[in-house]
Amino acid sequence: MADNVKPRVRVPRSAAAGEAFEIKTLISHKMESGQRKDSDGNPIPRSIINHFSCDFNGENVIQAALEGAISTNPYIQFEASIEESGTFTFTWQDDDGSEYTDSKDITVG
Amino acid sequence: MKKFTLSATVAVSLAFFAGTASAQVTDALVVDGTAISTSAPASDWLDIDQVLSGWSFRTVETRALQTDDFDNPGMIFVDQAIDDWNTADGTEGKSCASCHTNGPEEFAGLRAELPRWDEEQGMLMNMEDYINLSRVEHMGAEPWKWAKPRMNAMVALLSLQSRGMEINVAIDGPVADTWEQGREIYYTRVGQLDMSCANCHEDNYGNMIRADHLSQGQINGFPTYRLKNAKLNSTQGRFSGCMKNIRAEPFAVGSEEFRALELYVASRGNGLSVESPSVRN
Amino acid sequence: MQFTRRDTLVMGAGAAVATFMPLQVFADATEDVSAEFAMGEAITDGGVELTAPEIAENGNTVPISVNAPGAIAVLILATGNPSPKVIGFNFGPRAGGQTASTRCRLAGTQDVVALAKMADGSVKRASATVKVTIGGCGG
Repeated sequence: MADNVKPRVRVPRSAAAGEAFEIKTLISHKMESGQRKDSDGNPIPRSIINHFSCDFNGENVIQAALEGAISTNPYIQFEASIEESGTFTFTWQDDDGSEYTDSKDITVG
Repeated sequence: MKKFTLSATVAVSLAFFAGTASAQVTDALVVDGTAISTSAPASDWLDIDQVLSGWSFRTVETRALQTDDFDNPGMIFVDQAIDDWNTADGTEGKSCASCHTNGPEEFAGLRAELPRWDEEQGMLMNMEDYINLSRVEHMGAEPWKWAKPRMNAMVALLSLQSRGMEINVAIDGPVADTWEQGREIYYTRVGQLDMSCANCHEDNYGNMIRADHLSQGQINGFPTYRLKNAKLNSTQGRFSGCMKNIRAEPFAVGSEEFRALELYVASRGNGLSVESPSVRN
Repeated sequence: MQFTRRDTLVMGAGAAVATFMPLQVFADATEDVSAEFAMGEAITDGGVELTAPEIAENGNTVPISVNAPGAIAVLILATGNPSPKVIGFNFGPRAGGQTASTRCRLAGTQDVVALAKMADGSVKRASATVKVTIGGCGG
């Protein structure tokens, strides 16, 4: 598992049924692109978060396939819309096989 | 009055950056709903009329990053510092939280006065000094190196507690001599490019240096998240970088010279608000 | 202001360094990736909005966002990067809109392209030119 990888998400505490709202996500990760070389001129191997997914009560909101061109500490913002209260789950996958998750509850009202 | 004293090869601006996105702004910075002023009348001992935060010299997109604590990439490191705050370290088995039971909020107001003379310690103290003082004497832990990620993150966490407060650094009394020393360093040309801090930051702020929009070099927003290296940068780390940019041998981080310079540069920003952790290019 | 010959050369070299990329090589890679995404469909302009800064203060962290009403998938390409793919989004049933924002790395001044695949299989495109600046004093 890469060091110090920490997700953060911002989800409103409540939302009106059927109305789109914004979700912001961030995860601290170096995103070594594979383009850099070390001081001896050897390429530094790629090591990035390559996939992100957000689900709500088992249904998918969005999925993203990330490449080395995504900046350090990948930031992804998108919109969701829900009909009932429940839980958002967020999953990030790392090139090294690790998986990081976070979740946030929300009520419809 | 701005004098054109930079050598021509360095000071030439690329024509297509004139105007548009490089204009300096005077808007208020609103962070998560709270307005923070980004300009103030300069101290009377300064040759300029108004002191301006570095925020005003950045592009629209960069400025926007600082208006929201989620969007602000520096806040990730503040989160990491909160973890360190709560983690025991050292022979005494204590964390910061063990003694500072009211949380980092206890440090509200400190950043606005630093660097400052501490009578009990008998020296000019920086945030890093206070952090290491506690680590070594109260926690029995190893001191953290200045200008390194862990220290920068903790300095950011504690500086954040003063965000929005007016910078008010004392320049007289026990620090008067050090302040003079700092002032002299600020105005002394050094390096292969033979430039002083003043050449860019006093004489040419607002102008372009190649593709960079020169600011007044204020440090009210430090530690700052720089887009360039995607991490928090400390004041003295930046001083070191600047000196290398003009091909001068930098003073050491934590040295007497950089401490004096930091005191002087901080005081040039008196009247501005603490913005830490800020976002810059 | 009077430019010496040296000044003019420095300006020219600076501008050239900032904008020169081996465009043909990258254009081919972009074409291949676009064709793969489009799966035989023609790519037409319009129907997708791409927002990117006109001038990126630093190529390390460039905020971009895309809005493609009705799209099921979006692919963002940096046509001047060593590898054009930046990010691909697939929108699920709980998406509130076909919109997303992120921050990317751009190797130099170039066109950023957003391709949006619609529910009927058609593929739309939008493009934005982003000028990527090199820092001031090399710092």
